[in-house]
Amino acid sequence: MEIKELERIASQTRRDIVRMVAAVNSGHPGGSLGCTDFLTVLYNHVMKHTPSPFSMDGIGEDVFYLSNGHISPVWYSTLARCGYFPVAELGTFRKLGGRLQGHPSTDKGLPGIRAASGSLGQGLSMAIGTAETKKLNGDKSLVYTLHGDGELQEGQIWEAAMYAAAKKIDNVIATIDFNGRQIDGDVDDVLSLGNLKQKWQAFGWEVLEMDGHNMQELIDTLSKAKSMTGQGKPICIMMTTEMGQGVDFMVGSHKWHGVAPNEEQLADALSQLEETLGDY
Amino acid sequence: MIDSMEKHVEVTGKKDTRSGFGEGLHELGKINANVVALCADLTGSLKMNAFENDFPERFFQVGIAEANMMGIAAGMTVGGKIPYTGTFANFSTGRVYDQIRQSIAYSQKNVKICASHAGLTLGEDGATHQILEDIGMMKMLPNMAVIVPCDFNQTKQATIAIADHDGPVYLRFGRPSVPIFTPADKKFEIGKADIILEGADVSIIACGHLVWKAIEAAQQLAEQGIDAEVINMHTIKPLDEAAILATATKTGCVVTAEEHMLNGGLGDSVAQVLARHLPTPQEYVGVNDSFGESGTPDELMAKYGIDTKDVIEAAKRVIGRKK
Repeated sequence: MEIKELERIASQTRRDIVRMVAAVNSGHPGGSLGCTDFLTVLYNHVMKHTPSPFSMDGIGEDVFYLSNGHISPVWYSTLARCGYFPVAELGTFRKLGGRLQGHPSTDKGLPGIRAASGSLGQGLSMAIGTAETKKLNGDKSLVYTLHGDGELQEGQIWEAAMYAAAKKIDNVIATIDFNGRQIDGDVDDVLSLGNLKQKWQAFGWEVLEMDGHNMQELIDTLSKAKSMTGQGKPICIMMTTEMGQGVDFMVGSHKWHGVAPNEEQLADALSQLEETLGDY
Repeated sequence: MIDSMEKHVEVTGKKDTRSGFGEGLHELGKINANVVALCADLTGSLKMNAFENDFPERFFQVGIAEANMMGIAAGMTVGGKIPYTGTFANFSTGRVYDQIRQSIAYSQKNVKICASHAGLTLGEDGATHQILEDIGMMKMLPNMAVIVPCDFNQTKQATIAIADHDGPVYLRFGRPSVPIFTPADKKFEIGKADIILEGADVSIIACGHLVWKAIEAAQQLAEQGIDAEVINMHTIKPLDEAAILATATKTGCVVTAEEHMLNGGLGDSVAQVLARHLPTPQEYVGVNDSFGESGTPDELMAKYGIDTKDVIEAAKRVIGRKK
């Protein structure tokens, strides 16, 4: 897909995100806006996947797990805009009886979701499990994950990291949303991750880096990561992003981690984001 | 007077229930190519060696990292595998409750959580490992089936049967060698209680190692002229409510017996059924809000009130409460 088209999708997804959280006065716009470009490229350019009919088993398809489930708005918009479910359903986000739960879940049957997430640190293990099953099934497709940087404070991530290298899980590509922010402030102040690149390398992973807001770099780095699969090592991409990217008063601040814009702020945000594919 | 010979139960041997799990898993390996097994550094203790030896490509040693094991198991279901995780009951539940809750139960993943060394009968290792809260934790999770078989044969059959149940299962078994009294070829039915002994005066509803204690109690009660019914409630969830109501209707009083805390165990589940449908006097045999300690299994069962004599005393108490 052309970069221009990817940018059009990303702009619409950002509109969807701020409208969704504003409509229910809750949700997580900051990280969602920061990961919009990544998920747009992943779902529209990189992954081999079938939106409809959705297959939970994902045999022959690339599978994605969102480990930092609180950025559900960007994932829901991405899935809807790919055709997993009607775009109009974005209007049910966080509403009683809806399939678009605050954090992703499987129990309402929303197509595209293969595991609940929200309690952090669990997605990498899940991805490794699916990667093991793909190996057993002789299925050459890949498993992708996305994690927050603050999420890496959870111990289970490092259990999984150790396992993946020791057992040569070379069909997983884990991306870290490295925005340096978490709920209580900067990651460096809350609990520094130290030298994260060296940590992943020391755990036995191949580590790539990319700018999460440069479409060409996202395409090139993910393509490179794909070319490195099947060689005995798991792959981690450290993706630099800005929380709140695309909305000037949100960008770069942890304050918009889990706060919805009010009516005035919403109008301001939408004035900065072109409506390209039609609002839901 | 009743004839105590009527309370005879044929014992065909003595073995640990964990070995029943090991044999069942090995059997499954042969008949179901989708079954995979994961273990957190306790392959020998869980008796998973035969599966590991014969199906090495389907055996996953995850090391001492139970949270990761639960997540990997959940992920393996995506693509059609049926993962069986194996570690001690403590590390299968309390240590990984949130992983089970989110990645397995809420995510509706077809994982079989197989937990050995449950309860006090783990023995000398002491309270750190003697989990007595696991049935409660697991039965509270929506989508989770909870199964506590009573002997070697039943544990083997249950291990095989749960592969055909689409959804998460908690299978609890133990370390000590205990009498084998269920038929080797009896197919396990999830949620269908077994009537081990029929009786008219009191119903003893038990699970796991306490089923044998209940049988011993029924035999000794018979010598004293008390006719006890013994029900093996091997499935705590989904619970066989019909069997509970039938036996309570018949005898008019109930004793529940389990190697678990009184809070949250089988007794609680039975009491809920009776309270709603058929208020009936009930006495509980279980551990009363206490951690265990080091000791032999027999010493511990005696000290913590889950022995044959405790079942007998509870039966007499509850009979005394009948109107």
